[in-house]
Amino acid sequence: MSILVVNESADFNRLKELLNVTDGNLASHTKSLEKASYINIEKSFIGKKPNTRYYATQLGKAEFKKHINALEKLIKN
Amino acid sequence: MINFAFQSTFKMEENNYLKDISEIKDLMSRSSRFISLSGLSGIFAGLYAILGALLAYFYIFPKHGEVLSLNSWNFKMLLVLLASVALLSIVTAFLLTSQKAKKNKEKIWDTTTQRLLINFLIPLVTGGIYIIIKLNSQHYGLTASLMLIFYGLALVNASKFTIGYVKYLGYAEIIIGLICAAIPGFGFWFWVIGFGVLHIVYGSFMYFQEKKN
Repeated sequence: MSILVVNESADFNRLKELLNVTDGNLASHTKSLEKASYINIEKSFIGKKPNTRYYATQLGKAEFKKHINALEKLIKN
Repeated sequence: MINFAFQSTFKMEENNYLKDISEIKDLMSRSSRFISLSGLSGIFAGLYAILGALLAYFYIFPKHGEVLSLNSWNFKMLLVLLASVALLSIVTAFLLTSQKAKKNKEKIWDTTTQRLLINFLIPLVTGGIYIIIKLNSQHYGLTASLMLIFYGLALVNASKFTIGYVKYLGYAEIIIGLICAAIPGFGFWFWVIGFGVLHIVYGSFMYFQEKKN
Protein backbone atom coordinates (compact mmCIF):
# COMPACT_ATOMS: atom_id res chain seq x y z
CA MET A 1 0.00 0.00 0.00
CA SER A 2 2.91 2.32 0.78
CA ILE A 3 3.98 2.15 -2.83
CA LEU A 4 0.52 2.43 -4.34
CA VAL A 5 -0.52 5.48 -2.40
CA VAL A 6 2.36 7.61 -3.66
CA ASN A 7 2.42 6.31 -7.22
CA GLU A 8 -0.52 6.21 -9.63
CA SER A 9 0.04 2.53 -10.18
CA ALA A 10 2.71 -0.14 -10.17
CA ASP A 11 3.01 -3.40 -11.98
CA PHE A 12 3.83 -6.79 -10.54
CA ASN A 13 7.54 -6.69 -11.28
CA ARG A 14 8.01 -3.21 -9.92
CA LEU A 15 6.31 -4.20 -6.65
CA LYS A 16 8.38 -7.33 -6.51
CA GLU A 17 11.67 -5.47 -6.90
CA LEU A 18 10.79 -2.75 -4.40
CA LEU A 19 9.50 -5.16 -1.76
CA ASN A 20 12.04 -7.88 -2.38
CA VAL A 21 9.56 -10.74 -1.97
CA THR A 22 8.81 -13.90 -3.90
CA ASP A 23 6.17 -14.19 -6.60
CA GLY A 24 3.91 -16.29 -4.41
CA ASN A 25 4.26 -14.00 -1.41
CA LEU A 26 3.35 -10.93 -3.46
CA ALA A 27 0.48 -12.69 -5.16
CA SER A 28 -1.13 -13.78 -1.93
CA HIS A 29 -0.87 -10.32 -0.40
CA THR A 30 -2.31 -8.57 -3.43
CA LYS A 31 -5.13 -11.08 -3.45
CA SER A 32 -6.13 -10.24 0.10
CA LEU A 33 -5.79 -6.51 -0.55
CA GLU A 34 -8.05 -6.85 -3.54
CA LYS A 35 -10.56 -8.85 -1.56
CA ALA A 36 -10.69 -6.01 0.96
CA SER A 37 -11.27 -3.59 -1.94
CA TYR A 38 -8.12 -1.67 -1.09
CA ILE A 39 -6.60 -2.16 -4.52
CA ASN A 40 -7.72 -2.67 -8.11
CA ILE A 41 -6.03 -5.10 -10.43
CA GLU A 42 -5.75 -4.61 -14.19
CA LYS A 43 -4.47 -7.43 -16.34
CA SER A 44 -3.36 -6.73 -19.88
CA PHE A 45 -0.84 -7.75 -22.49
CA ILE A 46 2.26 -5.87 -23.54
CA GLY A 47 2.89 -7.46 -26.89
CA LYS A 48 2.73 -11.11 -26.04
CA LYS A 49 3.70 -10.79 -22.36
CA PRO A 50 1.00 -10.60 -19.70
CA ASN A 51 1.20 -7.55 -17.45
CA THR A 52 -0.59 -7.02 -14.17
CA ARG A 53 -1.00 -3.50 -12.86
CA TYR A 54 -2.18 -2.48 -9.40
CA TYR A 55 -3.96 0.68 -8.32
CA ALA A 56 -4.92 1.83 -4.85
CA THR A 57 -8.64 2.51 -4.44
CA GLN A 58 -10.09 5.52 -2.62
CA LEU A 59 -11.01 3.17 0.20
CA GLY A 60 -7.50 1.72 0.23
CA LYS A 61 -5.88 5.15 0.42
CA ALA A 62 -8.23 6.27 3.18
CA GLU A 63 -7.68 3.13 5.24
CA PHE A 64 -3.92 3.37 4.78
CA LYS A 65 -3.96 6.94 5.98
CA LYS A 66 -5.92 5.85 9.05
CA HIS A 67 -3.36 3.12 9.62
CA ILE A 68 -0.44 5.57 9.50
CA ASN A 69 -2.21 7.98 11.83
CA ALA A 70 -2.91 5.16 14.27
CA LEU A 71 0.74 4.10 14.20
CA GLU A 72 1.92 7.65 14.78
CA LYS A 73 -0.46 8.13 17.68
CA LEU A 74 0.72 4.92 19.25
CA ILE A 75 4.32 6.04 18.95
CA LYS A 76 3.60 9.41 20.55
CA ASN A 77 2.06 7.69 23.58
CA MET B 1 5.01 -5.55 4.45
CA ILE B 2 2.19 -4.48 2.18
CA ASN B 3 -0.38 -6.38 4.19
CA PHE B 4 -1.32 -3.98 6.90
CA ALA B 5 -3.78 -6.17 8.71
CA PHE B 6 -5.49 -4.33 11.52
CA GLN B 7 -3.92 -6.74 13.99
CA SER B 8 -0.67 -4.82 13.55
CA THR B 9 -2.07 -1.80 15.31
CA PHE B 10 -2.46 -3.84 18.46
CA LYS B 11 1.11 -5.08 18.69
CA MET B 12 2.53 -4.53 22.10
CA GLU B 13 6.04 -3.32 21.25
CA GLU B 14 6.69 0.33 20.36
CA ASN B 15 9.75 -0.76 18.41
CA ASN B 16 7.50 -2.43 15.89
CA TYR B 17 5.51 0.76 15.34
CA LEU B 18 8.65 2.74 14.65
CA LYS B 19 9.87 0.02 12.36
CA ASP B 20 6.55 -0.03 10.51
CA ILE B 21 6.50 3.72 10.01
CA SER B 22 10.07 3.85 8.84
CA GLU B 23 9.50 0.96 6.44
CA ILE B 24 6.45 2.71 5.04
CA LYS B 25 8.31 5.97 4.59
CA ASP B 26 11.20 4.14 2.99
CA LEU B 27 8.97 2.38 0.46
CA MET B 28 7.16 5.59 -0.37
CA SER B 29 10.42 7.36 -0.98
CA ARG B 30 12.21 4.58 -2.81
CA SER B 31 9.32 4.05 -5.17
CA SER B 32 9.02 7.68 -6.17
CA ARG B 33 12.39 9.36 -5.67
CA PHE B 34 15.78 8.79 -7.21
CA ILE B 35 18.21 9.52 -4.41
CA SER B 36 21.55 8.75 -5.97
CA LEU B 37 22.03 12.17 -7.49
CA SER B 38 25.65 13.12 -6.97
CA GLY B 39 26.48 16.44 -5.32
CA LEU B 40 29.98 16.25 -6.72
CA SER B 41 28.57 16.62 -10.21
CA GLY B 42 27.16 20.00 -9.18
CA ILE B 43 30.63 21.16 -8.17
CA PHE B 44 32.06 20.06 -11.51
CA ALA B 45 29.25 21.73 -13.41
CA GLY B 46 30.03 24.96 -11.63
CA LEU B 47 33.71 24.67 -12.42
CA TYR B 48 33.05 23.97 -16.10
CA ALA B 49 30.74 26.98 -16.23
CA ILE B 50 33.31 29.30 -14.70
CA LEU B 51 36.01 27.93 -16.97
CA GLY B 52 33.80 28.48 -19.98
CA ALA B 53 32.96 31.97 -18.82
CA LEU B 54 36.64 32.84 -18.44
CA LEU B 55 37.40 31.59 -21.93
CA ALA B 56 34.48 33.56 -23.29
CA TYR B 57 35.48 36.71 -21.47
CA PHE B 58 39.10 36.75 -22.53
CA TYR B 59 38.90 35.25 -25.99
CA ILE B 60 35.48 35.61 -27.46
CA PHE B 61 33.76 38.70 -26.18
CA PRO B 62 34.01 41.77 -28.37
CA LYS B 63 36.12 44.61 -27.10
CA HIS B 64 34.49 47.74 -25.69
CA GLY B 65 32.24 49.44 -28.16
CA GLU B 66 31.88 46.52 -30.49
CA VAL B 67 28.61 44.67 -30.73
CA LEU B 68 28.23 40.93 -30.91
CA SER B 69 26.75 40.16 -34.30
CA LEU B 70 24.56 37.10 -34.60
CA ASN B 71 26.33 35.67 -37.61
CA SER B 72 29.84 36.32 -36.52
CA TRP B 73 32.41 33.68 -35.74
CA ASN B 74 32.44 35.03 -32.18
CA PHE B 75 28.82 34.23 -31.67
CA LYS B 76 29.14 30.74 -33.07
CA MET B 77 32.11 30.08 -30.80
CA LEU B 78 30.04 31.30 -27.88
CA LEU B 79 27.38 28.74 -28.71
CA VAL B 80 29.99 26.03 -29.05
CA LEU B 81 31.41 26.97 -25.66
CA LEU B 82 27.95 26.95 -24.11
CA ALA B 83 27.18 23.55 -25.58
CA SER B 84 30.52 22.15 -24.40
CA VAL B 85 29.95 23.35 -20.84
CA ALA B 86 26.49 21.83 -20.85
CA LEU B 87 27.66 18.58 -22.41
CA LEU B 88 30.60 18.18 -20.02
CA SER B 89 28.33 18.87 -17.05
CA ILE B 90 25.78 16.32 -18.21
CA VAL B 91 28.34 13.62 -18.91
CA THR B 92 30.07 14.17 -15.56
CA ALA B 93 26.75 14.16 -13.74
CA PHE B 94 25.73 10.97 -15.48
CA LEU B 95 28.99 9.18 -14.68
CA LEU B 96 29.14 10.25 -11.04
CA THR B 97 25.45 9.57 -10.49
CA SER B 98 25.64 6.10 -12.07
CA GLN B 99 28.56 5.29 -9.85
CA LYS B 100 26.62 6.39 -6.80
CA ALA B 101 23.50 4.53 -7.83
CA LYS B 102 25.47 1.33 -8.22
CA LYS B 103 26.80 1.77 -4.71
CA ASN B 104 23.29 2.39 -3.39
CA LYS B 105 21.99 -0.57 -5.38
CA GLU B 106 19.50 1.82 -6.94
CA LYS B 107 18.42 1.26 -10.51
CA ILE B 108 19.71 3.81 -12.97
CA TRP B 109 16.93 3.42 -15.46
CA ASP B 110 13.44 2.76 -14.17
CA THR B 111 10.06 4.46 -13.88
CA THR B 112 11.35 6.92 -11.33
CA THR B 113 14.35 8.13 -13.30
CA GLN B 114 12.28 8.31 -16.45
CA ARG B 115 9.81 10.56 -14.66
CA LEU B 116 12.71 12.57 -13.28
CA LEU B 117 14.15 13.11 -16.72
CA ILE B 118 10.87 14.03 -18.37
CA ASN B 119 9.93 16.49 -15.65
CA PHE B 120 13.36 18.04 -15.81
CA LEU B 121 13.39 18.33 -19.57
CA ILE B 122 9.96 19.86 -20.11
CA PRO B 123 10.78 23.35 -18.77
CA LEU B 124 14.34 23.11 -20.03
CA VAL B 125 13.45 22.28 -23.62
CA THR B 126 10.65 24.83 -23.61
CA GLY B 127 13.13 27.44 -22.46
CA GLY B 128 15.68 26.36 -25.00
CA ILE B 129 13.22 26.64 -27.86
CA TYR B 130 11.98 29.99 -26.64
CA ILE B 131 15.51 31.36 -26.38
CA ILE B 132 16.33 30.16 -29.89
CA ILE B 133 13.20 31.81 -31.22
CA LYS B 134 14.15 35.05 -29.53
CA LEU B 135 17.71 34.87 -30.82
CA ASN B 136 16.44 34.39 -34.34
CA SER B 137 14.60 37.67 -34.11
CA GLN B 138 17.69 39.47 -32.81
CA HIS B 139 16.45 39.79 -29.25
CA TYR B 140 19.35 38.54 -27.23
CA GLY B 141 19.24 40.90 -24.31
CA LEU B 142 17.31 38.57 -22.08
CA THR B 143 19.14 35.37 -22.94
CA ALA B 144 21.06 34.98 -19.69
CA SER B 145 18.05 35.63 -17.47
CA LEU B 146 15.87 33.31 -19.54
CA MET B 147 18.43 30.54 -19.27
CA LEU B 148 18.59 30.94 -15.51
CA ILE B 149 14.84 31.12 -15.05
CA PHE B 150 14.00 28.09 -17.20
CA TYR B 151 16.82 26.09 -15.65
CA GLY B 152 15.51 26.96 -12.19
CA LEU B 153 11.98 25.95 -13.16
CA ALA B 154 13.29 22.67 -14.56
CA LEU B 155 15.06 21.96 -11.26
CA VAL B 156 12.03 22.76 -9.13
CA ASN B 157 9.91 20.51 -11.31
CA ALA B 158 12.37 17.65 -11.19
CA SER B 159 12.90 17.93 -7.43
CA LYS B 160 9.75 15.95 -6.76
CA PHE B 161 11.45 12.87 -8.19
CA THR B 162 14.84 13.15 -6.60
CA ILE B 163 16.49 14.58 -3.50
CA GLY B 164 14.24 17.34 -2.25
CA TYR B 165 16.99 19.91 -1.73
CA VAL B 166 17.32 20.38 -5.47
CA LYS B 167 14.31 22.65 -5.42
CA TYR B 168 16.22 25.21 -3.36
CA LEU B 169 18.84 25.43 -6.08
CA GLY B 170 15.95 25.86 -8.48
CA TYR B 171 14.48 28.73 -6.48
CA ALA B 172 17.89 30.38 -6.28
CA GLU B 173 18.36 30.15 -10.05
CA ILE B 174 14.93 31.61 -10.67
CA ILE B 175 15.62 34.53 -8.34
CA ILE B 176 18.99 35.22 -9.92
CA GLY B 177 17.35 35.04 -13.32
CA LEU B 178 14.67 37.53 -12.36
CA ILE B 179 17.20 39.94 -10.85
CA CYS B 180 19.24 39.56 -14.01
CA ALA B 181 16.23 40.50 -16.08
CA ALA B 182 15.65 43.55 -13.90
CA ILE B 183 19.22 44.84 -14.19
CA PRO B 184 20.12 44.91 -17.87
CA GLY B 185 23.71 44.87 -18.99
CA PHE B 186 25.12 42.41 -16.49
CA GLY B 187 23.85 39.21 -18.05
CA PHE B 188 27.30 37.69 -18.21
CA TRP B 189 27.97 38.15 -14.50
CA PHE B 190 24.61 36.79 -13.46
CA TRP B 191 25.23 33.82 -15.71
CA VAL B 192 28.52 33.20 -13.93
CA ILE B 193 26.84 33.47 -10.54
CA GLY B 194 23.91 31.28 -11.49
CA PHE B 195 25.67 28.52 -13.38
CA GLY B 196 29.06 28.78 -11.77
CA VAL B 197 28.97 29.93 -8.17
CA LEU B 198 25.56 28.53 -7.21
CA HIS B 199 26.41 25.11 -8.60
CA ILE B 200 29.65 24.98 -6.64
CA VAL B 201 27.99 26.14 -3.43
CA TYR B 202 25.04 23.82 -3.82
CA GLY B 203 27.13 20.88 -5.00
CA SER B 204 29.44 21.24 -2.00
CA PHE B 205 26.49 21.40 0.35
CA MET B 206 25.02 18.24 -1.13
CA TYR B 207 28.40 16.55 -1.10
CA PHE B 208 28.92 17.19 2.60
CA GLN B 209 25.40 15.97 3.33
CA GLU B 210 26.24 12.75 1.52
CA LYS B 211 29.45 12.34 3.47
CA LYS B 212 27.55 12.76 6.71
CA ASN B 213 25.16 9.90 5.86
